[in-house]
Amino acid sequence: MSDVTRADICTIACAEAWRGDGEVMASPFGSVPALGARLAKSTFAPDLVLTDGEAALVHGIPTLATRPNELVRESSVPYKTIFAIVWSGRRHIMMMASQVDQFGNQNIAAIGDHAKPKAQLVGVRGAPGNSVNHATSYWVPDHNPRSFVASVDVVCGVGNDRAAAAGPGASRFHDLRRVVSNLGVFDFGGPDGSMRLVSVHPGVEVADVVAATGFELAGIDGTVPTTRTPSDAELALMDELDPRGARHKEVAG
Amino acid sequence: MADKQTTVSALADEIESGMTLGIGGWGSRRKPMALVRELLHRDVTDLTLVSYGGPDVGLLVEAGKVTKVICGFVTLDSIALDPLWRAARQAGTVELTEVDEGLFYLGLQAAAWRVPFLPARAGLGSAVQSETPAFKTVANPYVDGPFSDPADAGAELFAMPALRLDIAAVHVNVADTAGSAMVLGPDAHFDDLFLGAATRRFVTAEKVVAAGTLAEHGPLERATIHRLLTDKVAETPGGAHFTANPPDAPRDEAFQKLYATAAKDPETWLAFKERFLSGDEAAYQSAVETWRSEQ
Repeated sequence: MSDVTRADICTIACAEAWRGDGEVMASPFGSVPALGARLAKSTFAPDLVLTDGEAALVHGIPTLATRPNELVRESSVPYKTIFAIVWSGRRHIMMMASQVDQFGNQNIAAIGDHAKPKAQLVGVRGAPGNSVNHATSYWVPDHNPRSFVASVDVVCGVGNDRAAAAGPGASRFHDLRRVVSNLGVFDFGGPDGSMRLVSVHPGVEVADVVAATGFELAGIDGTVPTTRTPSDAELALMDELDPRGARHKEVAG
Repeated sequence: MADKQTTVSALADEIESGMTLGIGGWGSRRKPMALVRELLHRDVTDLTLVSYGGPDVGLLVEAGKVTKVICGFVTLDSIALDPLWRAARQAGTVELTEVDEGLFYLGLQAAAWRVPFLPARAGLGSAVQSETPAFKTVANPYVDGPFSDPADAGAELFAMPALRLDIAAVHVNVADTAGSAMVLGPDAHFDDLFLGAATRRFVTAEKVVAAGTLAEHGPLERATIHRLLTDKVAETPGGAHFTANPPDAPRDEAFQKLYATAAKDPETWLAFKERFLSGDEAAYQSAVETWRSEQ
């Protein structure tokens, strides 16, 4: 298995986020989650629903390289319908995070002061609504103390602490699932819904994860499992679904 | 039946300093760019823009026309962030009221329905709430009785205020002279709500046809903008360029890249503006044609 790359491991870890979800819209952001969702749908989560990234649900499982004119569309979902789906809860999104904190607050809007940011990012987008309406996971391809931070500069996706503080309006359907980084897999099973290390990717030490994280992680004592390695069949599927190797451009190693 | 046909220039004449302007489309998709370009040449300032932001916001902000923007993003879709927007934000030259994409929808819907707000879970606990203290929450009034849901008893919900617009402008594939309009691309976005939320309602179109003939140009159910939503229509072929407006034109990715690359560097940007944005719409279309022939 020496030819299994870190990107392959991350893909499996992302795919696992959708296990058991049934018939929900899978909304992956980034190449690795996009491949993970397709892999999950091809294997253990066949009822997942994918979109064309524009305004339709797609039939079957397109590859990452399928051109828009080759997609088979099964129904029309303009943005008004997308929001209806978001608010219905029948969705599990995996967003990226420029910053994520101990309780799963996520920032994709700006670094620094919101009024005059040091770095303007994409904006809050739909993260505030996504995170309080349906299952939400995060993908962070570059795990370091600037991405896993004690406190995010702008709260876009809402974390467990803030959802609880806002009451049932926010917390009733708030459902943070997992964070996958290039170093490991995390959930929110720590004290008070804080982030917990679930597994380290093969070749990563727990100490590496701790050093790259700007807050105290739960689950770092004792034996920490290793993220599972894809089977040969899964590796073959990954190559089929990602013929140009987009996942390797997102994660080194 | 009133003939609502006019020109893009006449539409721009109505846009005055200090107004709140809603711009239809989404990101770099189906933006009324001809009207945006026309505004770049006008004296108007101090606009508040309400937009699912794309190059419309970047261009107007860079040109100094805008004091405040209400949005959840300013994107070029295939390029994550409009560079002119990035520069303005990092220089602190524009005020931003940042809202969740779905709340934005509810704000337009509330204005179109003439109610002061619509409730949502979205926004609670996020920077949308903390960065804009003017946003309020509302207590769920159904704490008991036949309509109560125990799981939401005691819930505070985000009260998204109506986003009332002085003027809304949208761009479509086909409009008729009476002001009905048809979007033939995959998503009509929220254009009907922008129009519904506005006091004055403008439609620009690739093509304006005789009243009552829209069904000859596409399935009637695509004519989602009826004439009760519109005051004026103006024909402006290529008026969404370089944003996506299928089936008339896909996004001009090559030109968008030229725009985004130029926008990152002040000197290159000046040259871009001089070449493409110094004249009227006909001059723009001609300059783009010349550029294209050179590629």
